[in-house]
Amino acid sequence: MKKTYRVENLCCANCAAKIERAINKLDAVSQATLNFMTLRLTVESETENWDGMMQEIQKAFSKVEPKSKVIVK
Amino acid sequence: MKCLRNRITAELVLSAVCFVLGIFLPGVWKTIFLAAAWLVSGYHVAIEAVGGIFRGQLLDENFLMTVASIGAFVLGDFAEGAAVMLFFRIGEQFEEYAVNRSRKSISALMDIRPDKAVLLIGGEEQECDPEDVSVGDILLIKPGERVPVDGVILEGAGALDTSHITGEAQPRDVREGDPVVSGCINLSGVLKVRAESTYEHSAVGRILELVESASDKKANTERMITKFAHIYTPLVVGSAVLLALLPPLLFGRPFGEWVKRALTFLVISCPCALVISVPLSFFGGMGAASKRGIVVKGGLVLEQLSRLEQVVLDKTGTLTDGTFAVSAVHPVGCTEEELLRIVALAEQYSAHPTAKAICACVDAAGSVMDVEEIPGYGVSAFVDSISVHVGNARLMEREGITLPAVNSATCLHVLLNGAYAGYIELRDQIRTDAEASLRSLREQSIQRIVMLTGDVPSAAAHVAEQLRIREWHSSLLPQDKVSHLESAVASGAVTAFVGDGVNDAPVLAMAHIGIAMGGVGSDAAVEASDVVILQDRLSALPEAVQIARRTMKIARQNIVFALGIKLLVLILGAMGYAGMWLAVFADVGVSVLAILNAMRCLSYRG
Repeated sequence: MKKTYRVENLCCANCAAKIERAINKLDAVSQATLNFMTLRLTVESETENWDGMMQEIQKAFSKVEPKSKVIVK
Repeated sequence: MKCLRNRITAELVLSAVCFVLGIFLPGVWKTIFLAAAWLVSGYHVAIEAVGGIFRGQLLDENFLMTVASIGAFVLGDFAEGAAVMLFFRIGEQFEEYAVNRSRKSISALMDIRPDKAVLLIGGEEQECDPEDVSVGDILLIKPGERVPVDGVILEGAGALDTSHITGEAQPRDVREGDPVVSGCINLSGVLKVRAESTYEHSAVGRILELVESASDKKANTERMITKFAHIYTPLVVGSAVLLALLPPLLFGRPFGEWVKRALTFLVISCPCALVISVPLSFFGGMGAASKRGIVVKGGLVLEQLSRLEQVVLDKTGTLTDGTFAVSAVHPVGCTEEELLRIVALAEQYSAHPTAKAICACVDAAGSVMDVEEIPGYGVSAFVDSISVHVGNARLMEREGITLPAVNSATCLHVLLNGAYAGYIELRDQIRTDAEASLRSLREQSIQRIVMLTGDVPSAAAHVAEQLRIREWHSSLLPQDKVSHLESAVASGAVTAFVGDGVNDAPVLAMAHIGIAMGGVGSDAAVEASDVVILQDRLSALPEAVQIARRTMKIARQNIVFALGIKLLVLILGAMGYAGMWLAVFADVGVSVLAILNAMRCLSYRG
């Protein structure tokens, strides 16, 4: 499955690259793209526990940029 | 957010004032004001740096800048220490400003989302979300409102601003029976419209889907730069540590001097300028394209477009514009003029493109009665009391006529009083901008241009000759087009296929760059293509290539410039020729210049 999310308070391109790298290392994530210009995160995954994975992803964001947030509707 | 911005501006102004005072004041005042300048601009950075350490982010830029500036203070270079922090902050603000500006200008271009729909239910107006509109609903669109979904006008007339959807600046007059495209703004008149598709399948829904999926396809250049940035910082910081420790420990050089050199390294160790300038360039390029009604699906596509080597084009609807003109009349037992006159009279009420072509080429007068359209076959009527049948080969078959062999794709056969009276040959018209567009492509050294068509050889040869296309293949079935494209792609040259997106989804998907022309015709076309030309014009094709090449050039300039300056200052710094000041320039100055350069991508004027 593939989903797209909006991201908030991400204010540095290099940080976005770091976060993208960290997310792609997560086991549950098959492929993730974080676009700094459009502030959009695309996640592809086969995981059963999507919500759990999203929490892990949020953690990866907070670690690099504490104020940044993935908006999960 | 605004309050935060004001605070930051206040901090930076205050810090800059302290900094200037500090530079000119003597003695202890110098120290006090410079320290104040550092504190005002840098306290926040220092706090973030400490936070970063706790989160395990050792080499983040806040930390590096804090260490570099404090280091300078410790060594007694107060002005440098304060400058590092102040300019770092200014650079950061500038970066944010530039990024926000580009984001805004692009979202303004893409601001086509209708925010509401007004349903007409039993004479009552009822507002709802465009996504809740179903096919067949009756909508009311007042002046100033956006068309929420694609539909057809039942009542009313007005003018539509279609510029956001098709890039066409002229407002379009519409009246009863005309189709309306979602995302257009109604400029005048109240329109009563029947919804013909849901929001998701309307033009707006498709375009937004297209733009949003663009974020997946990052350019290779961008990926390369982020990879490079990943190793750049540790490498530079590592060298800084070695530089500070090795010469003094091994060769007994003075610590102060070598630590100072190491600090200049730290100032240059942030790769942010480089990392931001590349995606900013691509984003700007995509913005410049969308201003001209060209939607490009991501940086990767732009990169490929810039390396385009061969273009394969469909004929019908791409090189030709879908209208027809009479090319030859072959009468049997009457004159050409007579045949044309009778057919024009019989066809005068038909909306079919071929009928329009015939009526356009002759000024016919006579009596017409009992006109009957036979869908899929043609028309029957009585002209001057003669029974007339005009239509395709199937009509002739139905009427029991055996046709002579005809070597033409589009022709209309005529029966007068039940006897075969010959046929009229029609040809689809070449787009007025086709020749100039192909010439422009050739000028951009795209050498191989191939035309594919399902049409007969004579029609194909005519178009190829007019447009000086040397390589063309005719009478192709859809699967033949696929195999032709397959071999073009297999040649290794970067290949684009341009089609109208109606029946050519497989071919669009197979090309390196699939370009669908004439808007978001179908879901399949949007899915399969990499570039969508919203306007119905071929000249967008060379423009897209130009924009892509210009964008790549700017992105490359930035990489070479930013890396070159940084490398140069690193070398000079290690040798002791470049101090903190130069390092600050190499960091902030280069960021600002690279960003300004990247923003040029947005402002393409062909």
